[in-house]
Amino acid sequence: MDVLAEIYGSIGSVGYGLAAIGPGIGVGIVWAAYIQATARQPESAGLTRTYAFLGAALSEALALIGLVVPFIFGAGQP
Amino acid sequence: MTSSASALASVLAVESDPGGGFVSPSIAEFYPPALAEFSIFGIDFTITRITVISWIATAAILAFLVLASRRMTVVPRKAQFLLEGGYSLVRDNIARDVIGPKYKPFVPFLGALFFFIIANNAMSIVPFFQISPMSKFAYPLVLAILVYILYNAVAIKNKGLGGYLKEVAVPPGVPPVFLILVTPIELLQVFIIRPFTLAVRLFANLFAGHMLLVVFSLGTVYLLGKIGENFSFVFAPFSFLMALFMTFFEVLVIVLQAYVFTVLTATYLNGAVEEGH
Repeated sequence: MDVLAEIYGSIGSVGYGLAAIGPGIGVGIVWAAYIQATARQPESAGLTRTYAFLGAALSEALALIGLVVPFIFGAGQP
Repeated sequence: MTSSASALASVLAVESDPGGGFVSPSIAEFYPPALAEFSIFGIDFTITRITVISWIATAAILAFLVLASRRMTVVPRKAQFLLEGGYSLVRDNIARDVIGPKYKPFVPFLGALFFFIIANNAMSIVPFFQISPMSKFAYPLVLAILVYILYNAVAIKNKGLGGYLKEVAVPPGVPPVFLILVTPIELLQVFIIRPFTLAVRLFANLFAGHMLLVVFSLGTVYLLGKIGENFSFVFAPFSFLMALFMTFFEVLVIVLQAYVFTVLTATYLNGAVEEGH
């Protein structure tokens, strides 16, 4: 049988790509909402910035956890 | 010899061998050979290239801050203008806007954090250094632990241990039914996820940035060696342009990540000094 395509190395990189979709959408929604709020009510920019950063940091956390998981659970494996 | 140089050597070695493929750079990039090793009280210390780069970065930013603030004039000159720009960004846009009226005691810490991170980050694109100490996990980790201790200590001082834990575990205005969901998430977030993400965010950005630069630079060298095969004459300039573009992208990342780290620190401090609702 002819091999047309093969993957070698860590399949975890594909998993991380999938795992980053959710946080990507989440961070996008947070900043879109912040921009919209600022456009509608520019004087609220300072008030909502704190919440925007908190929300973005929390959704980003998922992507960052995904990033370190292969290093933690893949340690010691070839 | 630096790690990047040995990766370059392995790429060049492949070129003389027609059957060999591209040797992609690995995590060995971040483990340069030791320059000096010693041990104090049973703890092993290793001085590598990256340690020296961090000393140089810290000395450079220190020298800049001291020299620029030595002779202050009402109409600022170049260096003083840069310094005032950075300082007023931290004081007005980060500390005052985010923390609120009680921002004053935190300005020195936030300023030091911002300038230290920006100087160390900038080493990722300074020629001949080309690697940021922040792409070793230890540096961001220590900074994140400092921030973690600070905001917890400030919160405990302001609200008392019981009051602080109660405010975190039972956020005001949440219907009691939802507490079964909210309490574990909030506790996990404040005490574990916050310091973890603070450290990993900075580390991951600089780590990935360095890897991208190395991949495209080595790719350019490899493709130039294979010119005339498989449309390499198309892809080699493309790879070079990507390396150039990524360098400019790194400039953005350097400033943005220093800013984000400082803003998030201020945000956590804001939660610590704010009175309960």
